[in-house]
Amino acid sequence: MRTRLRKWSLLLGAAAVLALPLTSWAQLTQYDLETRIGMESHVGNITGHAKDAKGDYRRYCVVCHGTLGDGNGESFPWVDPKPRDFQLGIFKCRSTPTGTLPVDQDLFDTIARGMDRSNMPQWSTFTKQERADLVAWVKHFSPRWTGEKPGTPITIPPEPEVTPERIKAGRDVFARVQCWKCHGVQGMANGPSAATLTDDLGRTIQPFNFTDGSRPKCGDTDRDIYRIFMTGLDGTPMPSFADNIKPDEAWDLVFYLRTFMSQPSKEKAMAKQLALKPVDPNAPVAQQ
Amino acid sequence: MRVFKCSRRSQVFRSATSLLSLALFLVPVVLTCSQPANALPAFARKYGLRCSACHESWPMLNYFGQKFKDNGYQIMNDRDAPIWQNPGYWPVVFRITPIWHRVSTGKVEVDTYSSVGGVPTPTGSAVQRISSSGFDLSGLDFHTAGTLEKNISFYLLPSSDPTGAFHFEQVFVRFDNIARSPWLNFKLGRFELDNLLSEKRILTLTGNGGVYQTYHFIPQGDGNIFGQIGDNQLGIEYLGHSVNDRSRISASLVSSSDGNVNLSTGANSYSGFFAGSQAFDTGRLGVQRIGFYAMAGEAATYYLTTGGGIPIAGSGIGNKSYSREGFVGQFYFGQHLDLTVVTQHGSDNVWFGQGYGNAIATDGNGGTTCTAPIPNGCPPNNVPGTVLPVGAQAPSWNGVTFEGHYVYSPQLIFIGRYEAEKMSQQANNGPGSLDPVASNFGNISTYTIGFRYNPFMTSRAGLAWHNEYNWLHQDGTGPSLGLASANVNTGEILIGLDFDF
Repeated sequence: MRTRLRKWSLLLGAAAVLALPLTSWAQLTQYDLETRIGMESHVGNITGHAKDAKGDYRRYCVVCHGTLGDGNGESFPWVDPKPRDFQLGIFKCRSTPTGTLPVDQDLFDTIARGMDRSNMPQWSTFTKQERADLVAWVKHFSPRWTGEKPGTPITIPPEPEVTPERIKAGRDVFARVQCWKCHGVQGMANGPSAATLTDDLGRTIQPFNFTDGSRPKCGDTDRDIYRIFMTGLDGTPMPSFADNIKPDEAWDLVFYLRTFMSQPSKEKAMAKQLALKPVDPNAPVAQQ
Repeated sequence: MRVFKCSRRSQVFRSATSLLSLALFLVPVVLTCSQPANALPAFARKYGLRCSACHESWPMLNYFGQKFKDNGYQIMNDRDAPIWQNPGYWPVVFRITPIWHRVSTGKVEVDTYSSVGGVPTPTGSAVQRISSSGFDLSGLDFHTAGTLEKNISFYLLPSSDPTGAFHFEQVFVRFDNIARSPWLNFKLGRFELDNLLSEKRILTLTGNGGVYQTYHFIPQGDGNIFGQIGDNQLGIEYLGHSVNDRSRISASLVSSSDGNVNLSTGANSYSGFFAGSQAFDTGRLGVQRIGFYAMAGEAATYYLTTGGGIPIAGSGIGNKSYSREGFVGQFYFGQHLDLTVVTQHGSDNVWFGQGYGNAIATDGNGGTTCTAPIPNGCPPNNVPGTVLPVGAQAPSWNGVTFEGHYVYSPQLIFIGRYEAEKMSQQANNGPGSLDPVASNFGNISTYTIGFRYNPFMTSRAGLAWHNEYNWLHQDGTGPSLGLASANVNTGEILIGLDFDF
């Protein structure tokens, strides 16, 4: 009996050791990182070099994202949302389809834009070269960048003229793909599923509240909003709707979402004139 | 059932395998569960950022810190509003520096004695160098600042001298991003003028090296204390900047009181300060910035008197003009090396050059030090009937500051500075002057070198091991006493622990 126990102990121990590389995916060693220090980024005609960003990362970023880029910096316990774990190679703000790596420009833009509703400031004070270097540095944390190519950015058709009909059509799309389940029928982040949402790491996450004046995390232009729901925010419950919404419908949805936002807009004025009512969650989809 | 007979060897083997099993379990557990133990402070505490994010080396701001300040101490997302702070959070930082320093001043006039019949008897005076050294203390600063509401922020800095006598060094409320524009920001109170090279964030601590001479230079005998752009001033400031802070402009209207409260000086006289700068992206070298500043104003030279000549605080009239203007350049040469250059051309009205202006002799806290009638202790007062001496002219001068840093890492910075202030026109050297002075009288040259080492870098507190040497040379201001040259050299070495929490 004791021998069997020992055998199982050994077996489990060996399994734990073998599983170590998997369980500690987010705990790559300095050695692993040094093997990827030659990582480059390409933004426009600028080439970023990971090795040149070491100083900036240490000065500005390490406090949240950690020495190993695992998001476990000294501020980790105090900030919410938690800092991004670069080792996973999963990013919310992309121009590329869901599940794919972002292009360098996406990371470049994110650094300058910052992340509203988080502790990530707008690091627009860097030179473009410094930002490109930091993009390369971010990439060097994840082995994904060595074996995988970034996705191809989605095509965003030119923005059509906003009309009352388009806003109404956008309302239909909002109902059909059930955005309200998380974002609420008036975009106030109070849909029936809102309280249950967690990210891929099991942390509680809240849907975007369109009405409180804050900016969408991945940019607040119409094109940005279009891109957000057509690519999804990887790592969060916000999926990509590229398979469910046609490009033309996507613009309708953008216009409808604008009607929720607190900033004055054409869309808001039109919605007021139309006396547009929120979608009825209990109505059959066809009648919504 | 098989029965195993346990030999000693197999027992040893079993013990070893058990230990191995335990180790195999514990290693992954320890590796996956261990986290670095670190701590978290005023702004740094609020945003979870290290001091190095905003400071090249604290208290000196880097570009991101300057942008944060220009945005009204906001990183410009929803975390700026106080609602995001823990209700128990109180944004207070104190700073004080215990030091050891040695100060050596040349050509000090001292009394001489000899023994006459066993009694010490003054025999006159001589010139000698005085050196003193010992342990000492800086003043204490309590910084408290933050947002009152989104886009409304405050700064309050009660500050003491080393004896504990407090005054309000800085107090203001500011309104930012009015109409959602970064070009519309205002503040009201007592604040530092918008100097790109901030004296209030200077990295050096010695008596002469702890200030920028270019910001405080006053010709010998000049009574205009109001043009010191390094001093905090009372007034209102407009600031505008682009979103990424590459372009910055500011304009301030301040009382000509050199920041002194109670309108003892500066009543009914105002000065304006203007600054503008533009930064350029130069790739891997960093962001380069060039700009200008100008201060132009008026200050009283005549104070009504009572009691036979005691000036009445707040009664200043007879305003005369002065100006300071110059260029600023901040140049980065990669991540480690930077150089800031500030130039200045200064000019005072001829009356200031003759010592008029500071008639109240303020003590800095709203009181006066002049309590006896002229000529007993009060500075010159431009009372009706006063005439200028023959040869009096408006003094003017040129100054320059070069300050370079080598940032080895966010924890270690080397500092080097050279400043020169040169008179271009002496106040008493006009045609027919009966009392001309040397053309270099009062000129200053000074250099400062040092380094600051922060043994740790967290978002909770700051500690810097500070080492500095300053040497200052001034032409012609020592006692002459038959010496050919009365130039004065002062040197100071300082070692201290500069900390804030």
